[in-house]
Amino acid sequence: MLAPGFADPVHDAQATFRAVMEALARPGLVRPLAPGLQPPAPLTPELAAIALTLTDADTPVWLDPPLAEAPEVAAYLRFHTGAPLTDDPARAAFALVRDPARCPPLGRFAPGTPAYPDTSTTLVLALDAITVGEGLHLTGPGIRGAVRMAPTPLPDGFVGQLAANRADFPLGVDLILTAPGRVAGLPRSTTVTEA
Amino acid sequence: MSATHTFPSPRTRGEDRGDLVVDAVSPQGEGEGNCPGETPPSPPPHLRLPPRFADDEVVETLSPQAGRGDAERTAAPQSGYNFAYLDEGTKRMIRRAILKGIAVPGYQVPFASREMPMPYGWGTGGVQVTAAILGRSDVLKVIDQGADDTTNAVSIRRFFAKTSGVATTTRTTEATVIQTRHRIPETPLTEGQTLVYQVPIPEPLRYLEPRETETRQLHALAEYGAMHVKLYEDISRHGHIATTYAYPVEVAGRYVMDPSPTPKFDNPKMDDCPALQLFGAGRERRIYAVPPYTRVRSLDFEDHPFRVQHFDHPCALCGAEGVYLDEMLLDDAGRRMFVCSDTDHCEGRRADGHLGTGDAI
Repeated sequence: MLAPGFADPVHDAQATFRAVMEALARPGLVRPLAPGLQPPAPLTPELAAIALTLTDADTPVWLDPPLAEAPEVAAYLRFHTGAPLTDDPARAAFALVRDPARCPPLGRFAPGTPAYPDTSTTLVLALDAITVGEGLHLTGPGIRGAVRMAPTPLPDGFVGQLAANRADFPLGVDLILTAPGRVAGLPRSTTVTEA
Repeated sequence: MSATHTFPSPRTRGEDRGDLVVDAVSPQGEGEGNCPGETPPSPPPHLRLPPRFADDEVVETLSPQAGRGDAERTAAPQSGYNFAYLDEGTKRMIRRAILKGIAVPGYQVPFASREMPMPYGWGTGGVQVTAAILGRSDVLKVIDQGADDTTNAVSIRRFFAKTSGVATTTRTTEATVIQTRHRIPETPLTEGQTLVYQVPIPEPLRYLEPRETETRQLHALAEYGAMHVKLYEDISRHGHIATTYAYPVEVAGRYVMDPSPTPKFDNPKMDDCPALQLFGAGRERRIYAVPPYTRVRSLDFEDHPFRVQHFDHPCALCGAEGVYLDEMLLDDAGRRMFVCSDTDHCEGRRADGHLGTGDAI
């Protein structure tokens, strides 16, 4: 049977959105996210909550191979969001990434156009853990001074990809990082360097 | 309201201060529209519409004594509407635009603005942004030119109290979401707060270049020379930069943004602000944002640095200096009084025992 969506669609979506908004507005700040969803594996509750909160018929969604290989995941997302699924990461408004270590290069997603940089892809990554106070060095809008954050696992050369993403500002992709029960943001405006 | 009533001023500043009332002042208290020796103007010849909602009297509890009330929650939100009025599909669309705006500070994100139950120019953009972010645990404050007790602020506060049932307040320190029309509260904002601006014209270059296709390109190329020419023309004509409101700012070193028609006095408060700032323009269908702790620089020249307004007198009611003051006309003789624009700040100071001279100028 199809897994249910939010128990309280209005307020659960609002709580999820506010957590994501705070996370993107304050990179390096990890917000709690406990959506209470039990989506079909390998979709995580956090990925499902963000998909249910932000996607609909207007937003093509790209699924990474582990998610795309599970037909229940596509059925779950189609039923609860109505979002069209796409195979082309460059056409996706949102990309759900279950296996961040094998995430395609960020350059393969839509960066937006100079006149409309908002037509870019937002990646939602399901990480194992996000630790603050160590790891990557973040500066930029939303950050008082500098913060450190260690998302794991990450693909090889990820910091270099983020640097290229930042160099193209205002073009670029935005990242929403999730881990069990937590969410953090890495918008394109953030400068990321190795510690 | 019967036809024999005059319209009382909604403001209660300076009440119980008989010493502040000068001889010629009108019974309304502020002298606005005072006609000595004449009969007061009669109300407009329109029938008052019946209350739209059964619980219309709820307004009495929302704004007690023009503020200083603790946060209040109405009993139950109006049935028949979704939480905070907008449908969930609209909220999703606005939420996506807000996230893009945060990721690209100062960039104007197009969004499919809806018709709202109020006219354009009354804050339809700000209301839609507030509706999209508001949650049950939020405490909402709405200000109009700094005041909690003017028509626009009262109407919007009632709107959300009715459609969402969230707690409302007039105290800056209690609020989690503050919707504003053109002022930033004098009380410094904190990290837990979100400031939502109502914006009439979001495009800072619009009066220099009317075509949206062209202003899009100018932003894409970061070509802001025309704006500097405009400020330079101010200097050549007036000897100083004469722009006093909607003073253009550069956000995070990239986009030039219209801070909405706030007095330029408030521009420095936008810089490195701990609160998230969201901007909604309903008629122009744009949303933009300034994340917390973001550099917001008012455009200027080395030899003509940015300066804010300076007031020669402290607030006549609370004696505050270094705040933005409203000029209040007292009588037909041109006597004036300068008082805080931020009513909550002023009332808070008076409650703490600060007292102005009460002198007219």
